Amino acid sequence: MLTCESLMLQQGSFSLQADIAFAKGKATALIGPSGAGKSTLLAAIAGFLAPVSGRLLWDQGDLSNLPPGKRPVSMLFQDNNLFPHLSAAQNVGLGLRPDLRLSEQQKSKVAAALTDVGLDGFSERKPSALSGGQQSRVALARVLVADRAIVLLDEPFAALGPALKDEMLDLVRSKLIAASKTVIMVTHDPADARRIAEMSALVAEGAVQPPVATNVLLDNPPQELADYLG
Amino acid sequence: MAHSAVPVTSRWPGVAAAALVLVLTLGTLGAVAWRAEWGGGLAAADWAAIRFTVLQALLSAFFSVVLAIPVARALARRRFRGRSLLITLLGAPFLLPVIVAVLGLLAIFGRGGIVNEGLEWLGLEPISIFGLHGVVLAHVFFNMPLAVRFILQGWLSIPAERFRLAASLNAPVGRLLEWPMLRAVVPSTFLVIFLICLTSFAVALTMGGGPRATTIELAIYQAVRFDFDLGRAALLACIQFGLCVVAAVLAWRVTGNDPMGSGMDRVVQRWDVARWGADYAIIICAALFLLLPLAMIILRGLPGIFDMPGTIWVAALRSVFVALGSSALCVVMCLALALRGGAMVSVIGVMPLAASGLVVGTGAFLLVFPFTRPSDVALFVTMLVNATLALPFALRSVAPAVGQVQADYGRLAMSLNLSGWSWMRLVVLPRVRRPLGFAAGLAAALSMGDLGVIALFAGQSEETLPLAMYRLMGAYRMDAAASAALLLVALSLALFWICDRGGRADADM
Amino acid sequence: MRNTTYLPAVAGLALCATGAMAETPVLQVMTYDSFVTEWGPGPAVEAAFEAECACDLQFVGTGDGAALLARLQLEGPRTDADVVLGLDTNLTAAARETGLFAPHGVDADLDLPIAWTDAEFLPFDWGYFAFVANADATPVTSLQALADSDVKIVIQDPRSSTPGLGLLMWVQAAYGDEAPALWAELADNIITVTPGWSEAYGMFLEGEADAVLSYTTSPAYHLIAEEDDSKVAWGFDEGHYMQVEVAGKVAGTDQPELADQFMAFMVSDAFQSVIPTTNWMYPAVTPAGGLPDGFETLLTPETSLLLSPEDAAAKRDAALDAWRTALSQ
Repeated sequence: MLTCESLMLQQGSFSLQADIAFAKGKATALIGPSGAGKSTLLAAIAGFLAPVSGRLLWDQGDLSNLPPGKRPVSMLFQDNNLFPHLSAAQNVGLGLRPDLRLSEQQKSKVAAALTDVGLDGFSERKPSALSGGQQSRVALARVLVADRAIVLLDEPFAALGPALKDEMLDLVRSKLIAASKTVIMVTHDPADARRIAEMSALVAEGAVQPPVATNVLLDNPPQELADYLG
Repeated sequence: MAHSAVPVTSRWPGVAAAALVLVLTLGTLGAVAWRAEWGGGLAAADWAAIRFTVLQALLSAFFSVVLAIPVARALARRRFRGRSLLITLLGAPFLLPVIVAVLGLLAIFGRGGIVNEGLEWLGLEPISIFGLHGVVLAHVFFNMPLAVRFILQGWLSIPAERFRLAASLNAPVGRLLEWPMLRAVVPSTFLVIFLICLTSFAVALTMGGGPRATTIELAIYQAVRFDFDLGRAALLACIQFGLCVVAAVLAWRVTGNDPMGSGMDRVVQRWDVARWGADYAIIICAALFLLLPLAMIILRGLPGIFDMPGTIWVAALRSVFVALGSSALCVVMCLALALRGGAMVSVIGVMPLAASGLVVGTGAFLLVFPFTRPSDVALFVTMLVNATLALPFALRSVAPAVGQVQADYGRLAMSLNLSGWSWMRLVVLPRVRRPLGFAAGLAAALSMGDLGVIALFAGQSEETLPLAMYRLMGAYRMDAAASAALLLVALSLALFWICDRGGRADADM
Repeated sequence: MRNTTYLPAVAGLALCATGAMAETPVLQVMTYDSFVTEWGPGPAVEAAFEAECACDLQFVGTGDGAALLARLQLEGPRTDADVVLGLDTNLTAAARETGLFAPHGVDADLDLPIAWTDAEFLPFDWGYFAFVANADATPVTSLQALADSDVKIVIQDPRSSTPGLGLLMWVQAAYGDEAPALWAELADNIITVTPGWSEAYGMFLEGEADAVLSYTTSPAYHLIAEEDDSKVAWGFDEGHYMQVEVAGKVAGTDQPELADQFMAFMVSDAFQSVIPTTNWMYPAVTPAGGLPDGFETLLTPETSLLLSPEDAAAKRDAALDAWRTALSQ
């Protein structure tokens, strides 16, 4: 259970109230209008934004004072998920050891992860020699090898075409959700939420609503969500 | 520090670097002031010197930057054989010792120079190079190369994606991409050159044609050497710092933010460069202006290159050693400061420019003298001072790159628990290799040609190449001095080229 | 390459090493740069003196004469120097004022064109300032004629250079109260003013000016070292200002006997015979072998001008103001 306990977040004049719990091993979509604070919540969970008040709990342990790299959290950003000067294998390897001094065993783990996401034979390529979809797969492979319990997706696939995006979401489902990761994803698209997220939480008007089953939320949207979905 | 926006690195290297800069700038000034017997304030002649200094520095910086923009633009838009060699060579004047450059310029613009011979052939009146225009011409010759490099770096930092976007929109590249880039790059370039010219002394006097071209630095020289009035020297040095602060504040206020963001390191392809004639004409003009004097220096020095006394080669070796040392030191200090970031870096980054060479040397002497024989630490102090003096240029090119890396990849690195040395080794160093190579090369070359502090410290066995060259001139051996100057130019350029090349090798990085 | 130390750690070791070898007494002579270079008098003087003193003679070179005085003032009473060599009469008043010098006690038979009585400073060489030009140019015969002509000259800045200060004193000694007027007339002849002698002389050799302020002995260098007789010094009717270079014994020296011995050695043949073709000046005491061949061709002015150190110091600031005002028009 990942719990936001009376969490109060502030960025400039914008503030967000969060008092919710994310079920372990499930995917939850954060859905809501632009600027409602979906990414702000992810930044707080990842450790980039200190809460003004409240606590962030994981299995009863308090995450609030841990630096980002020490949290059981992997995150994919909207862009700049790969280091352009490092090869695909090196980018993935960072998930295992941040200093890249990999053992033989770890190297084969990296190769396996790349194969797993369909990039067998691409390990020495630099990002600029990969397509957008392939770049996303490299980033996903890194999340796989990092093997952290919580995965945050801040619309990393937004730039991809619909077919590619669906392919990536399917990879998330088959590789991450199937492996009992607690996935929290920000999305604009109800179809994304329906595709992989069992639960969805509405973020609107400065507050995060408790998650409910995605179908229930989307089939009978509350007024704010209905306005947004149009 | 769980919530800082950038990966954690140790703060001590940055603090130590800042402390060293402060000791060598304000600390040396303090040492001079402390030793001074305070008498009267400034004389009327000092105020005239201040006025002249500011005027010539403004004009020099203005023309250097204005002329550099089209050159940088042409170089950014064109690919041709020998382009990188040309860019390196164009940087040469900045690295020349003053007297060498002045003699090179006189071979072109002087009484018997190429320009006047041409005028005479055309039946026109000869021109005199001496006067305010000569000071500005010499300063443009020295500093335009630096402006070209800084502005060219600005152009090259516009990601390929932006040019692609502009091309697809059929948008004017100038207004959309180049103008904002110039807004970000030009004010600080102007500031740097203004400050360099603010502390000019030998160029201004020699080209200025007489005492009306007295600068603050010469007034300081007079106060120390002629009147032994350390109080007045310290006061004048304070005024130099004051002018620096005013100039820096003004420059920061008009500096735009660089809005370019990052790209995926694609090779820049340009779609807006149809007219090539004007670009090449500009490149050729700049090359003639900057390289002809250099060619004259080479022609002058070549015949005697193997007749130089053996001590010159020993001095050259010593200079290379000092140059490599101060380059390494400068790079380390520069990275440490750039990683700290913030306003402190901006301040530290311009202070050495405003420091008076003579006050730094004199102050360092006063600081060192009670503890050891100055000649025993001459080379070490020279390394420290040279590294510090090169720091503004190094920071100017490295700090934005480091800032960009932090902005683009800081969060990703933090989420991967990438910090400290791993973050440096795997991300920062590879990402800033190009400006770092440039900075290392510049620091090495500047140190190679520097005659500042060593002249006050060195005995016979600490002689560096520029000092040996001056001593040759002082002993009537002008031919040998010309050859030593050529050796100096060649070594400076070679050091610069090797470092700069090292930073740019491996094109897909 | 003694005392080549690159890093403080090495410097520390070297200091220990020198400490261990401290049996031989060390005499430190502070002087200007060009004295100690391999073409200067330094090496020969060092060898000759060490042959008779059973000591280690160490030269500390620093800039030019003016830099030498500034360095001494910076070091003050704590200086390690035992002898300071290379000041000229324009600087001796200020040097005396520091109170750092002791009487030299040497009674030598000096060959100077003027009488010399100075208890603290002893000359080791001397020369005349002169404008040096190409032999094929029409000679100019006086400062006034120079001012009236359209001959282009390059001079040094009196604030940063010894010859520059010499010219200032030359005009002062020759014209007195009329000096500012002469400077005003000279202004259009001066194409530029350089910080030091080297820059000016270099510019002259490159053809930038018709004549350069230097010494009557400058042509001797070209004649003897380069076998080139194309350079001459112009003789001026007003007379020529002298430069007398002196040395003084530092009062606080820890080697008073050695310092005395060096001062006496300085006016002996072994030292003096080295001077003409290394420092390119006249020796203060003509050596037994006479002057080297070529020196007889040099200009010998009929009138020697020299302000006393006190006079030079007293008139310096006003003369400088007049110079600056005249040349800033």
